[in-house]
Amino acid sequence: MSIKLKNVSYIYSPGTAYEMHALENIHLTIPDNQFIGMIGHTGSGKSTLIQLFNGLLKPTGGEVFYNGENIWSEKFSRKNLRSQVGLAFQYPEYQLFETNVLEDVCFGPKNQGLDPEAAKERAKKALEQAGVPQELFDKSPFELSGGQKKRVAIAGVLAMNPRILILDEPTAGLDPRGRDELLEQIAALHKTRGISVVLVSHSMEDIARYVQRMIVLNKGRIAFDGAPRQVFSHCQELESMGLAAPQMTYVMQDLKRRGLSVDVEAITVEEARDSILSALKGAGHDS
Amino acid sequence: MEIVRASNLGYDYCRYDENGQQREVTRAIDDVNLDVQEGQFVAILGHNGSGKSTLAKHINALLLPTEGTLWVDHMDTSTEEELWKIRQRAGMVFQNPDNQIIGTVVEEDVGFGPENMGVPTGDIWKRVEDSLQAVGMTAYRNHSPNKLSGGQKQRVAIAGVMAMRPRCIVLDEPTAMLDPNGRREVLEAVRELNHQENVTVILITHYMEEVIAADRVYVMDRGRIVMQGAPREIFAQVEQLKSYGLDVPQVTLLAYELRKAGLSMPEGILRREELVDALCQLS
Amino acid sequence: MIRDITLGQYYPAKSVLHRLDPRTKFVGTLMFVISLFLFHTFLGYGVATFFLAAMIVLSKVPASFMFRGLKTIFVILLITVGFNVFLTPGHILWQWGFLKITYEGLAQAAKMSIRLVYLVVGSSIMTLTTTPNQLTDGLERLLSPLRRMGVPVHEIAMMMSIALRFIPILMEETDKIMKAQIARGADFETGNIFQKAKGLVPLLVPLFVSAFRRADDLAMAMEARCYHGGEGRTQMKPLCYKGRDYAAYGIALIYLAVSVLFRVRGI
Repeated sequence: MSIKLKNVSYIYSPGTAYEMHALENIHLTIPDNQFIGMIGHTGSGKSTLIQLFNGLLKPTGGEVFYNGENIWSEKFSRKNLRSQVGLAFQYPEYQLFETNVLEDVCFGPKNQGLDPEAAKERAKKALEQAGVPQELFDKSPFELSGGQKKRVAIAGVLAMNPRILILDEPTAGLDPRGRDELLEQIAALHKTRGISVVLVSHSMEDIARYVQRMIVLNKGRIAFDGAPRQVFSHCQELESMGLAAPQMTYVMQDLKRRGLSVDVEAITVEEARDSILSALKGAGHDS
Repeated sequence: MEIVRASNLGYDYCRYDENGQQREVTRAIDDVNLDVQEGQFVAILGHNGSGKSTLAKHINALLLPTEGTLWVDHMDTSTEEELWKIRQRAGMVFQNPDNQIIGTVVEEDVGFGPENMGVPTGDIWKRVEDSLQAVGMTAYRNHSPNKLSGGQKQRVAIAGVMAMRPRCIVLDEPTAMLDPNGRREVLEAVRELNHQENVTVILITHYMEEVIAADRVYVMDRGRIVMQGAPREIFAQVEQLKSYGLDVPQVTLLAYELRKAGLSMPEGILRREELVDALCQLS
Repeated sequence: MIRDITLGQYYPAKSVLHRLDPRTKFVGTLMFVISLFLFHTFLGYGVATFFLAAMIVLSKVPASFMFRGLKTIFVILLITVGFNVFLTPGHILWQWGFLKITYEGLAQAAKMSIRLVYLVVGSSIMTLTTTPNQLTDGLERLLSPLRRMGVPVHEIAMMMSIALRFIPILMEETDKIMKAQIARGADFETGNIFQKAKGLVPLLVPLFVSAFRRADDLAMAMEARCYHGGEGRTQMKPLCYKGRDYAAYGIALIYLAVSVLFRVRGI
């Protein structure tokens, strides 16, 4: 189960005065069971890229493969692909429309051709895994709080049993607690379902904390693709792209410059704490 | 001089069923006391649903208290004759940048407030010019708002409020829908206004990094003000903030973790330099 | 990308026509339309052609833009010509069964086509040289006497300008919701008309909810900026007639007088 992009490019309104190169020469593989973070400032091509993954947009150059099959070949079913590659856009709560939560989540499975009972089963499981409590199942989606709506919308995509789940800034507009809870839930989903998750985010701290691999987009090209610890060590290049490293990276680099032998690749608070404590011990300081 | 004062403020949201009967009453703010001096930069923190937006709408008299009183520039907000004066003195910027811009051209939107106030045409142009200048958007005056970035739209919205020459500006989560660059842009504009034009700023947010520069911070939870003080005092209480569903800047968190691990770090560290200095003194 | 589409068909240029007061252009267009129905000889249409050509040159808008509007009325034009050519009684030039072409029919068809084409081109000149905003402003001022009859002229104009601002936003939103539902397996393309109509529910409900939320937010933002209707309101860009407007009125009046004269004299 993998998505493979081969030399993909995408141009909006080609041949007109509004022509815009959104993506150029993208080579990329999304394998099974990986937690991937995607960053890039507004206009770097992120939203175009994720729409290429599930065939919502057709590349103007290059090819997209799913399990080795070209998704734009004539016999390939893109409707089928979309249930394999689930995509939740930014502010997914704006897609809710049914009279109650359970019905709304059933929309995807029903479109896949499941009978109502089977769709309900799937929906219930998805809601549970997205962290929506049972007592909300019969409520109108419009009565829920912002965080709950987001979970219902994510469950709506999850109910299609995708192998790859793409989430475009799922935490936008949530407060710190809502954000942490949702990210924990997503991390748990990745583990229990064994699916790949692509998390588009603006928060370097969130990326540092959760993902195994991060892809950095800049001006329609892939600038970095690797483990967060390595990518974040290029913090000057990231800054020149209008991005930044997590706050911890800067702290550790400052400390190193001031002569403390700390691990400059520490990117989370826990890593930084442990590294500082052991560095101070090593320096002969007993705490 | 005080510009906004609330005393024992309370507000109930009522929900009605189909027959117009009251179904439930939710206390959105409860016994809130507030005292904002002219020229201050005040931040109000709280998780979603803590009542901070409801409080903000009271300052602009968009909502009237169920209990207690709120004064804006010594005018009681429940006095109907003063309504337009109050709204002019305490301008308001909202969360969604798209839903508060009325004009189809940037400069016309900025002129909307003064037009409503009945300002003579020549003065409107002067005000529009000054306000666009103050937020650094003069170059975009003839653009369509639809083509601006989120941060630019919020700056236009701020200019729109500034053109009404308010004494105080209330920003209700102005950065919640923006990317990090947009957030920085808007905050810089707000700080600039506070310093250069001496406008009182009341910033409502749940991003902790945004309140470090504030003079005073209020924390709300379940409609009540549960903490108040200088940012340093507030951020020293990491556990308490977490219990209100908030978090602290990572630098503060690291200092706190190190203290817990036994290092002798000073309390309430807010900035990277402070942390690095403190650690270097230890080694 | 949808945001790049500007509403209306304003063509930015620096011409006398662009600078004219929208009210002048409104009234001028109206006079031109009246003249088209006053003229009924080819000599008369010659005068109209001259006038129209002069306006096109003055507007500095490429002529191709002027004639774009004709695409939309092409079918109507074809039907009108057909009816007139084949169904006008008179001097028969050609006959096949019940279909006959008469000299009068041809003349009538030619006149009707000229009227229709000139009507569309004439009003295009106005919309091409006036921004939607100016149009609303002009309309508000022209219709302001109706206020005394209880017509909420200011409110209508305000509604129009808000619509102009939000239509592109809602169009983009439609696109977004549509994609989100397609990602959940929705199908907006196949099926018969009933299935298609039913398939729109997942698009329309979120769109309406969002439109109402935006309306609510906007109403609050307007109130917060002291909006309380048209009373006591001043304007940032008030409309006022300049010398060129009086000149334009003069020319339009002379033109109208000529067309009346033609009619009276039967030329």
